[in-house]
Amino acid sequence: MAAITNGCLGNTFTMGLPNASADLSTEVEVDAFRRLFPLRFFEKHLLESIRPDARPLGRARDTTIALGAVASANGSALAKIGSTTMLAAIKMEVMTPSMETPDEGCIAIDFHMPPICSPIVRPGRPAEAAPVVAKQLSDTILRHANLFPRLFIAAEMHPILELSLVSGKAAWMAYLDIYCLDADGALYDAALLAAVAAFSHLEIPVVSLNDDGKIVLSEEQGLSDNDPVNKEKRKVNLGSIPFSLTCILHKNYILADPTAEEESIMETSVTVVLDTSSQLISLYKPGGAVLAYTSAIQDCIALTRPRVKELQKILEEAVSGMEVD
Amino acid sequence: MEVDREDGRSQNQLRPLACSRNNLHRAHGSASWSQGDTKVLAAVYGPKAGTKKNENPEKACIEVIWKPKTGQIGKLEKEYEMILKRTLQSICILTVNPNTTTSVIIQVANDDGALLPSAINAACMALVDAGIPTRHLAVSICCCVARSGLVVLDPTKLEEQKMKAFAYLVFPNSVHSVLPEGSPSGQGEPIQNGIITSVTHGIMSVDDYFYCLERGRAASTKLSDFLRKNLQQQSTDSSKAG
Repeated sequence: MAAITNGCLGNTFTMGLPNASADLSTEVEVDAFRRLFPLRFFEKHLLESIRPDARPLGRARDTTIALGAVASANGSALAKIGSTTMLAAIKMEVMTPSMETPDEGCIAIDFHMPPICSPIVRPGRPAEAAPVVAKQLSDTILRHANLFPRLFIAAEMHPILELSLVSGKAAWMAYLDIYCLDADGALYDAALLAAVAAFSHLEIPVVSLNDDGKIVLSEEQGLSDNDPVNKEKRKVNLGSIPFSLTCILHKNYILADPTAEEESIMETSVTVVLDTSSQLISLYKPGGAVLAYTSAIQDCIALTRPRVKELQKILEEAVSGMEVD
Repeated sequence: MEVDREDGRSQNQLRPLACSRNNLHRAHGSASWSQGDTKVLAAVYGPKAGTKKNENPEKACIEVIWKPKTGQIGKLEKEYEMILKRTLQSICILTVNPNTTTSVIIQVANDDGALLPSAINAACMALVDAGIPTRHLAVSICCCVARSGLVVLDPTKLEEQKMKAFAYLVFPNSVHSVLPEGSPSGQGEPIQNGIITSVTHGIMSVDDYFYCLERGRAASTKLSDFLRKNLQQQSTDSSKAG
């Protein structure tokens, strides 16, 4: 095996196990042991209450947010949790609202996992996780309607312009695209964080009414003869923002924020989404060999609460950093 | 504080349940499950030889195909397929038939609320009918949280849309043990208190969720009894057919 010949660095693992006769040679190198017996490798670490990347069990990986990653989009953000990287971008368009909901706009959410993100995704073979994460994201974002009150308004009616427009003529359509650039576990957490950050960065562009009676985006301030329908680029007012944490259950251990390796070995995961006012948006546990008792669920929720505060702080720092510029 | 339900049920009352097995003759196992007007058909084919490319050949593999009543297959169906697959993987004993694939096909006959729970119940009955070895069965229930904070069980589609939030919960079935010391337990609680699967929609408070769990557990005991009676009855019938 390549791992055994390559491993000139690293220590060797002495296998002082009770039934050593059933195992390979008594001294195996760390990398080989990690590939051959992944579950035992992790359990040796869990006994010491630590994980292979030296994190304590309840700690999430380092998280960063960079706003304005895509210059041509109206709002964008790049979120990284450890190695998992998500790029979110929002493009706004004017559309005619439907008859049943003349005051409402629309958000179209799309989640892509291009082959760059992971060795198991190939062009002809879309990832199994992609439509599931996409659906979860759209459920969370669209259900959380009070997050985006300002989007669901028709083009602003300024009485001084004497427009004959009434609600029902124009509304905003937001296209939210999220690209996974590196899939290293906790995809939904990173995607939700990127989407929320992109919405914090979003600036609704200025529009005006042109001669044909259509709403168009005004390119520059003094260019058009028509008065702009909305006076200036405005930001979206966010209410209480949802943040999430995925935990893995394995026997009696709860590991927060798993990497892709941990997710593939210990398959039972619980995703808790809380918003900043401590309401439960979603508790998602899709099957898994380990049953979650009430105590385990309470522990997962208890791990999520400080994480929500941490993420909120990171997001606020990123937003205020942009405003200084 | 009473909640008025359109069909006159109380807040903890389930809709009439009906289940029949062995409906389809070509399938290795089949079941039809209905809760009120929601009706789901499940068929099981397997174990068939070989596993798919990305699956572990040392274990049996379960494949789920979800067919909606109308329309094309979209993200919702893919999500249900994934949830069902992972739920069934956790109840089946996968090491008994390694390197095989068992296909579970779900056909929605009518959707009137609590669709995913009905599908999970139907799939479990179909697995029993096919003789696939399982550790225990999965019993699934839908709990809604009304705006007043009350928890209502087994909603219809209209009720699901009106309510603040709802949760689909799946528990293992209750255990009747012949051992004097009672049923096996994990972490000091009986095994039927653990959740196999939980999917929530809408915003609720954390306490509402725990209240849903309690109600769900109580309802799952009733459902387990229904399943047990149903399975025992049908097994005595088939022994007569010889």
